[in-house]
Parts: sequence; C-alpha cells; structure tokens
Amino acid sequence: MLMRRRDFAILALTFALAACGPNAEAPTEGAATEMVLHRGNTAEPESLDPSQTSTLWAAHIEGDLFLGLYTEDAEGKTIPGAAVESSVSEDSLTWTFHLRDHLWSDGTPVTAGDFVFAWHRMVDPKTAAKYASILYPFKNAQAIVEGKIPPSSLGARTIDDKTIELELEQPTPFLPELLTHGTTYPVPRHIIESKGDAWVRPGNLVSNGAYTLSEWAPRDHITLVKNHRFYDSANVKIDRVVFYPTEDSQAALRRLRAGELDTQDPLPAQQIDWIRANIPEMLKQSPILSLDYVVMNQMRKPFDDVRVREALNLGYDRETLTNVIYRLGEVPAYNIVPPGVANYPGGASFAFKDTPKAERIARAQALMRQAGYGPDKPLRTTYMTSALPDARRAAAAVQDMWKEIYIELEIVQLEGQIAYARLKEQDFDISAAAWIADFNDASNFLFLLTTSNGGLNYGRYSSEEYDRAFKAASGEIDLAKRGQLFLEAEKIALRDHALITRDFRSTRTLVQPYVKGWIPNAKDVNRTRWLSVERP
Amino acid sequence: MLSYAIRRTLGAIPTLFLIITFAFFMMRIAPGGPFDGERRLPPEIEANINAAYNLDKPLYEQYFIYLGRLAQGDFGPSFKTKDFTVTEMIASGLPVSIKLGLTAIVLALLIGTFLGVFAALRQNRPADYSVMTIAMVGITIPTFVTAPLLTLLFGVYGVHIFGLDITLPVGGWNNGALRNMILPVIVLALPQIAVIARLTRGSMVEVLHSNYVRTARAKGLSSWRVVTRHAMRAGLLPLVSYLGPAIAGLATGSLIVEQIFGIPGIGRYFVQGALNRDYTLVLGVVIFYATLIILLNLVADILYRVLDPRVRYD
Repeated sequence: MLMRRRDFAILALTFALAACGPNAEAPTEGAATEMVLHRGNTAEPESLDPSQTSTLWAAHIEGDLFLGLYTEDAEGKTIPGAAVESSVSEDSLTWTFHLRDHLWSDGTPVTAGDFVFAWHRMVDPKTAAKYASILYPFKNAQAIVEGKIPPSSLGARTIDDKTIELELEQPTPFLPELLTHGTTYPVPRHIIESKGDAWVRPGNLVSNGAYTLSEWAPRDHITLVKNHRFYDSANVKIDRVVFYPTEDSQAALRRLRAGELDTQDPLPAQQIDWIRANIPEMLKQSPILSLDYVVMNQMRKPFDDVRVREALNLGYDRETLTNVIYRLGEVPAYNIVPPGVANYPGGASFAFKDTPKAERIARAQALMRQAGYGPDKPLRTTYMTSALPDARRAAAAVQDMWKEIYIELEIVQLEGQIAYARLKEQDFDISAAAWIADFNDASNFLFLLTTSNGGLNYGRYSSEEYDRAFKAASGEIDLAKRGQLFLEAEKIALRDHALITRDFRSTRTLVQPYVKGWIPNAKDVNRTRWLSVERP
Repeated sequence: MLSYAIRRTLGAIPTLFLIITFAFFMMRIAPGGPFDGERRLPPEIEANINAAYNLDKPLYEQYFIYLGRLAQGDFGPSFKTKDFTVTEMIASGLPVSIKLGLTAIVLALLIGTFLGVFAALRQNRPADYSVMTIAMVGITIPTFVTAPLLTLLFGVYGVHIFGLDITLPVGGWNNGALRNMILPVIVLALPQIAVIARLTRGSMVEVLHSNYVRTARAKGLSSWRVVTRHAMRAGLLPLVSYLGPAIAGLATGSLIVEQIFGIPGIGRYFVQGALNRDYTLVLGVVIFYATLIILLNLVADILYRVLDPRVRYD
C-alpha cells in the first residue's frame, strides 16, 4: 500500500513514452490498398435480424448486408435489387417477381424460398416483429399477426426457385418502394434452420448484399467487409466499413475533426452555427420524408372545437421555430405531405399560409373570443415535449407565441419513453410529435389522421369525410388519380385543423469531403456500395 | 477475522435480495415500457411482443419468473440489444470498465498520496497551499468539461512539444490499446487524485502531530523512516475506507467518460438501459454493482483491521 518514489517514476515514464510515441499510424490502419469507411451511426442497433429492428441506424447496417427485391440507388431512388423482372395482374392484386441469379455470402444460391420464408417469419406472432405492419399490404398478413390464421396462409408463394408470386389485400402501386424496406429482406433459411436465433452472430450470419458481417464488438463497433459473392461486387469500391454507435454527437464531431470518423449522423444540433461557419463542405442536407408537428388532444375540451384548433395553428409561428431555434435546415410546413413524395401532386396548404403575421394573430384572437376566451379569461392548458435542449427552447417560444392569443401554457417536459406512453394513453392536452415515413407514399403520412389508426392518431382526430376520402384514394389503381384523391383528403384535414404542422426535416449528416458519392436524399439512405474514399 | 468475513458475507444475501426486489419493482413503476418508441405499435403487434417477453403476465408472476432464472445464473436476454444476453453484455463491458477504472485508480493513488504527503510535510507553506488549491480545482471541474477540453487539445488540434507529435485518439476503444486509454484514464483519474490528495494531507497532518510520531523522531529515526514507516501507516487509513466504494465506482464504469470517448464499458449500459426501460439489463447491472460494492466494502473493513490493530470486529 505504501507508495514508492520508484513506482511513480516508472508509471510517469510509461505514460510519457506512450504519449510521445511517434504518431505514424494513421486513423485507418490496414493495408494501403484497402479502402475503409468509418461511419458514425447514431446508436447501437437493437439487432441485425431484420425482423427485430425498427431504427434507422439498424437499417443503415442491414441495408449494406441484405438486398431486397428492390433497393436504393446512390440518390435513394428505388431500383431493382434481387428482382430482375416483375409483372402485375390486371386487377393489380397479384405481382410476380423473377429473381436474379445470385448467392448468399457462403455460396448458397438465394432462392424464392428464402424470401417467402423471411416473410412468413416476419408475420408469425411468435417472431414478435415490431415492424410486421409494413407487410400488411400482403394478403392475410394482418390476420396472421393477430394470430387468427397460420403464417403459411400469407399471400406469398414460390412458383419455382427463382419466381415469387405475391397476392395483395388491395392495389398497392407503391409496392416496389415498399419492397426496399428492411422487413422485406430475404433471410438465409439454411442458416436460421441450423443455428436458430444465433444466426445473426458474426461467423454465422450470411448475407446477399454488398457487404457481410465480420465483427460486432457491442457498443464499440460493427465491421462489415465486402461480399465478394455480391452480384455487383465489381463495382463496390469500399472494402471495409465500420459503423460506430455515436450517441454523443458532440464527441462524434471531435472524432470527425480528428479524422477518426469519415461520416457522422446526426450532427450535434448545438454546434450547427460552428459547422456552417467552419466546415460547410461537410454538411450534407436534403429534406427528408418526415413531419414535425403538434397534436391537440381532441378527446379533451376545448380541442374538439375547430375554432380553438385554428387559433392555435394561426398563432404558431413556424418560421421563428425553424429559423431561430432548430436551424437545421428544416422547411416550415403548412401542410402534411412533404415535398418530394412520389406520385403526389402536392399543393395543399393551410388557408392562412400567405396571410401576414399580424392578421393571423388578429384572426386567432377573434376565434378564441368566439370560443369563450379572452385576455381576462385565458385558456389554461399544458404542452408536452421532450427534455432535449432544443425542444425546451421551442416550447418556451410556443408559450410566448400563444400568450398573444389568450393561452396560458404550462410546459411539461418528459423523458421520451414517458412522453410516448402518455401520447398512447391520450394523457395530454397538446404535445409535440414527429413522424418519419417508412416508405415513400402519401398514404404513409395521411394515415396518421384516420379514425382507424388508433395507435398513431395521437390526437384522435376523427372525420367520416376524411376517412372516406382516404379510403377512396387507397383503393385507386391509377397512380395520377390516386395522388389527386389523397390530395383531396389532405385538404379536408387541413381545413379541419386536425394538427399543427411545424416543419419537414432535413438530413443531418456530416461527410468528409474525401468521401465521394454521398448524395443526400429524401429517404436519408446512403448505401456504402455507392461510396468511395479518396483521401488526398 | 474469518468468522467475521463469513458473517458479513451471509448478511449480504438478504441485502442483495432486497436490492433485486426493489430494483425490479421500481423499474416497473417507471412509466413507459421497453417497447414504447417513437412509433406507437399496432395493438396486435404490441400483444405479440409482450407475450414474447412475458410482459403480458401479472407483475408478481414476472418477478418470480425472473428470480427463478436468476437462481440458475440466467440474467435473461437484453430487451433492447436482442442479439446478446445480459450476461454476455456484462461480460463484454466489464473488462473494459475494470481496465480503465483500475488504471485510473492506481494512477490516482500514486499521484494523490504523493501529493498529499508532500503537502502535509510542508503544512501551511506555499507548497502546501498550491497543491491543495490545485486539488480543489481538480475536484470542482467536472469530467464533462475536462474530457472535451483534453480531446480538443490532444486529438483535434494536436500537441507538438520539442518536435514530438503528441496526438491521441479522440475516441474509440480499439481493444484497449494504450493510446486509446490515455485520455480517458487521465480524465477519470484527475478528480480522484484531488480527493485522495486532500484526504491524505488531512490525516497525515493529524498523524504527524501525534505522540508516537514525536517519540519516533525523538528516538533519532531519519525523517524518511518516520514518515514512511510510522506516519503513513496510520495516515493512509481514511484512504482505505474511501477506496472501496471508489474502486467499485470506477470499475463499474463512468457514463460520461464512456459516452464522450465512445468506450464500450458497462457504465453506459446502466444509464441507457434505464432510459430505454431495458429491464433485464438494468437489473443485471444493479445486481452486479451491488455485489461488487458489498464485497469491496468488506475488503476495505478487513484491510482496516490489518492496518490498524486498534480496530476490533467482535
């Protein structure tokens, strides 16, 4: 226990030597010819089994490992993946896909059976897949998830080893788009049947995409290496890609600046000004298919009153929130379906979009008076938001904005998990909320407001007219007509002030200038197979 | 002594059991569950997930299922990192935290005691004041300040002294490479050095004024022998009781340091597990942490007895 001078001297020397050692090794060790990409990837994926994941950061890794019937190109657009040919029946209810000849990374051929097996597994109640609902357009999928009929009754079957026939519940013109989603990836049946749940472990996992799993050090990194059996491997430039769970985005920015990371998602919001001033070339932004909004609990008074909802909407200053508080390239939103959604004409907006601010406030005040409120009788209510610093500042700004229209807002800050639980139970007055689309279709935004969507329709907006319009659009086969019908539905929701839209988000990725081929896109998907690292 | 150790160990079992029970029910009282996410799940999917994790059973039944598994040494699968069991996660995170924590505590002990004794021997002189001022600063500056500062300095800007390039990795574990450990160890050790220096100085000052030290000096022993043989033995006692919990704390990982440096230790598991309502992971870490504290406190008490013959445990 006694300290000796000698010990201290030795220790000090050790550290000094270690610290002063020549700094020959660059951040990327390995052979000079090997091209490596270090991706800062938000957080640890919950799994690499496509049936067990639901996060974007898991999807980034799975999308490098697996190839669905369709996949994304460098710009995030849908292109054929494992399917080379497809045809649709006249009633649009049956699709046939012909697979390309390709192999799992262990050399076993990928068959139609692997896809059908994966889909059966996905909807099997025993799998308890969080995202099984993505497959609901498949015939019988929902009934299987509900446990009413066996997984084998799913409307998907193999015609032969290379051909899949898929029956749908209703025409789904965006099916190719849906089939890029991770829940539709094939899984290696031969491995799952021999290894069970351990099939996702490094050493067991085989994949059919551009990369294959090499190492998973929990909460440290996940390394994928190029899959030489990938059908297009000749055009894949990066040999090794390492994904890091970078929960602390400020620390990740320092790692990026030190050259330890080549890309980082998300950027630290607090440092956006510094980023814009110092490393603007690394900021890769594009609007994404998302909507930040505010829900009003229409099960509670007075939010069942459209006049109050309109007043809140009028008094909500989107530009201040996006330009002064969030500042991450968000686009102020005056409607529900973001720009860039496929097969959608767009053009709907709240009627007050072009009204000057002073007039908006005057009208909001008048509406509040009609509803029985005024300067002496303010509406006392609560606003639920997350405890993130920006959310806190935004809430304070909203409190201020609505004070002008006779609302005394109490801010309730809750940890994410608790806030979602309360949204679910309709235990709130007004709350911030956000939606990021699962697939590129207007229905994936407008379904948030249907009466039948008990889960995600947090505010319980309910309108027969809206539901009818939504249903009519969903059933339409002609893409142009369908888009028009969805637009009608959106107009109804905006007229009813079903929600308060705030903004459409932008991608929040930082990319070193020497990483080539990174095109920010609406899906926020950048598969490593399209990238290359060209260090100066 | 042996019977004392056995008695203490047996006494720890009910404590541990109470901790498990409290932790289990407190986790469940917290609103929100492991599968309440950004997206509300359709009810049928939620039902399937709850069934898969036994969350549909009454709470007391879940508790007994958990205890039953625990008795067989099974901490269950992590709710949030499904490809790994809780045991596997602790097994992968613990060595990292221990390696980092122990290095930091050894470093802190060496430097801290040295500074403390040094200051005590020069009581109320400039050297004493400067060491204690620096120590006070060390205690008050939090790790979330020192860590980013040091990483900016040594990682982003790079330090060049006498033509030597001292650039260190900003983050990552790299399987525990020395280069990756230097900054996190320093950040962890700094506040400990400060605490240990102050503790040591305080008790050394007292001991140096005691009768037996005066006797030793009167016998004509060299100053070095008086300090190392007689004064330090008693002077370091308060440190022993401090070290038990300190080692437990450092070995089980520091959330902030692990988060900032991207180190895969178990400190992150604990806090993230709690925020995510990863019930099994949190319970696993709680049980582990409680056991460690109980053990290290026991060791500290026994050491105390060894160092100070006046202490009796009867």
